[in-house]
Amino acid sequence: MPEEKRKIVYPSQVVGDTRSSKPGRGVFVEKGQIRSERLGIVQMNKNYVNVNPLKGRYDPVPGDFVIGVVEMVSTSMWLLDVRAPAPALLHVNEVPWKVDFGDTESYLKVGDCVSARISDVDEIKKINASMKKPYDRNHRDRRGGDRGSDRRSSDPPFQKLNGGFLLEVDAMKVPRIIGKQGSMISLIKKETGCRVFVGKNGRIWIDGELAAIEKVVSAIKIIEREATSFGLTNRIEEFLKNDE
Amino acid sequence: MSVIPTIKRDFLENLAKEGKRMDGRKFNEFRKASIEPGVISRAEGSARVTLGKTQIICGIKMDLGEPYPDSPDSGVMTTAAELIPMASPNFEAGPPREDAIELARVVDRGIRESGVIKTDELCIVSGKKIWIVFIDIHIIDYDGNLFDACSLAALAALLDTNVPIERLKDKLEKAAADTPEIGEYLKAHDKDYPLPVSVPPISCTWVKIGESVMIDPALDEDLIADVRLTVATDEKGDIRAMQKGLNGSFTSEEIKNVIKESFVNGTNIREQLYKSTGK
Amino acid sequence: MGTKSDIELIDKNGKRLDGRGPEDIREVKIETGVLHRADGSCYLEWGGNKVYAAVYGPREALPRHTQNPLRAIVNARYNMAAFSVDDRKRPGPDRRSREISKVISEALERVVLTEYYPRSAIEVNIEIVEAEAGSRCAGLAAAGVALADAGIPMIDIPVACAAGKAGGEVILDLGKEEDNFGEADLPIGYLPRTGEIILLQMDGHLTYAEFERALDLAIGGCLKVSELQKKALMEKYPSPVGGEQ
Repeated sequence: MPEEKRKIVYPSQVVGDTRSSKPGRGVFVEKGQIRSERLGIVQMNKNYVNVNPLKGRYDPVPGDFVIGVVEMVSTSMWLLDVRAPAPALLHVNEVPWKVDFGDTESYLKVGDCVSARISDVDEIKKINASMKKPYDRNHRDRRGGDRGSDRRSSDPPFQKLNGGFLLEVDAMKVPRIIGKQGSMISLIKKETGCRVFVGKNGRIWIDGELAAIEKVVSAIKIIEREATSFGLTNRIEEFLKNDE
Repeated sequence: MSVIPTIKRDFLENLAKEGKRMDGRKFNEFRKASIEPGVISRAEGSARVTLGKTQIICGIKMDLGEPYPDSPDSGVMTTAAELIPMASPNFEAGPPREDAIELARVVDRGIRESGVIKTDELCIVSGKKIWIVFIDIHIIDYDGNLFDACSLAALAALLDTNVPIERLKDKLEKAAADTPEIGEYLKAHDKDYPLPVSVPPISCTWVKIGESVMIDPALDEDLIADVRLTVATDEKGDIRAMQKGLNGSFTSEEIKNVIKESFVNGTNIREQLYKSTGK
Repeated sequence: MGTKSDIELIDKNGKRLDGRGPEDIREVKIETGVLHRADGSCYLEWGGNKVYAAVYGPREALPRHTQNPLRAIVNARYNMAAFSVDDRKRPGPDRRSREISKVISEALERVVLTEYYPRSAIEVNIEIVEAEAGSRCAGLAAAGVALADAGIPMIDIPVACAAGKAGGEVILDLGKEEDNFGEADLPIGYLPRTGEIILLQMDGHLTYAEFERALDLAIGGCLKVSELQKKALMEKYPSPVGGEQ
């Protein structure tokens, strides 16, 4: 598949015109001109102009698969650090276990790690999380523009994560780590035999043999470093197939 | 304070049980350090030290002052360390908390008690005028092991330091009008000259994770460690300073091993220190 | 401003002490991503100024009572290292640093799209490790780059530059002696795209005509530094770039 050549832009740089395109994600409009909000890569999708930031903090969107760390326990809920500006609230009604009032700590303690989804984000950015499957599978992005991601693979299960290793990466690099239709992450899983859960919030859980985990971590670090270069998938494949 | 995930703690402990560390180092292996002297031209001496990704800038300033009454023939030194908020999401702005104070005092003791700065050669007029040496340590990026990185930066900066006769000439000449001994001093020292320093002890910091003791903790190792021990050894292998931190404990055997290994590592680091400062 | 001195700040040929002409800025060097823990960072040299800027955020604004339910707050903290000046400065913020922190925070609040992050804080740390006149402008320029490096959404990359008067002439980018012994100092913060002035302070004595000229010069200086900011941000990446997003 030929790789597209994309342009890097800085904040305020013009990326389009309202006469010929529509403003998508990561842009603002001023006097008919569409400008980038951040240092990022321009991406066209069905006439929408989007800018994907090169770096940045995770901005939670309902439907996102995330990996959270419990930072506080109270009688009817837990607060999860999801690497967002505020913690996410996980209520006892949103977990797969039947938890008696006050018994929350026997299920999840401070420092425990879970895979979950962002269920709701309100106007003042209060975040709610859930470990139950959503009723409606057809989530649309709240903001204008198409997400542009064609990932059809279903999310990993929502569960408490035990053992394994936790890696943190810049949230903006996650799409590259997952790859088009999950191609990159599938390649990594196949070649190493590890279970890998990639959270949209830039937290990645890896489980397997120590040597295999090390290989996954190295591969991901290469992707992080070389996210904007060409031929990355091939290089990663070569790296993974090489036995040290 | 961010919570450390249990998974991370368990993983590092299990790794340690197998004699391994996250970055592949041996338990007694220091990370690569880079020492750049003279980065702040306005200061009397300075150095930037990088240890892993930990980055420290130390600047030395000197000024004229009065000696302490109980040591009329000695110069004075002070050490301050700033854990500035840019170095870590967990460092807050504001007056120094205990971590910063402990850090500054441990680095200070390592330099002061072993006479790295020859303070008896910093006397201009007995009982009246001496040189003050200000050691200011600025931590700008935290990736584990602040004690050793700061100590190394301070030593490199001191080796880079020149006594600022020229910058303070006006002040000295003015003082010489009342005190002729200062005039004598100026005649003998009319230009900047290197700060008199002696061979420094080198500090090595160890942490214990589970039952494993390892040198030069990287960030994650530093964050999950139960206990920490810093040992400064000199070129003869004698111990010049020690500090235990955090609320875990060591056995006597562990402490003795740490001291022996610190001497070996200290010797190598001292060599690198002299090489990079051209002394 | 300073006291009179015997130094001839500008000679008969219009040359300044360091050889610059009245409209020349000092040498500026910019590097991004120099710190690994901060979300965005910048190291900037401007003449004899050496500055580090680091950005954390957006993150939860604490203590709670500082939170704004509608937007993020921008906290800039300008600090000079003890060894950054000739006579050692006692560590910790003094009144001058706190004032500069305030005007820089206010300048940055104009630029950052704060509505995206209610109840959050964007923290900007500016450390001057070596100072030589114009450190607040160097700091604001470095902060702009660090914010862009951190992926903070902005309407423009803020930049700053000072002009002033020394030796009877209106000049751009005062150096050390010009700042100490000159007649006026005018630092400005600027948005190159819209021409908005986001920071303005003036100290000394200027006629109206002199002010106009100084402002023009300062804006010109800002535009020059703005090009260097953009270059520093983009130079790390090949252009065009690859990607399978």
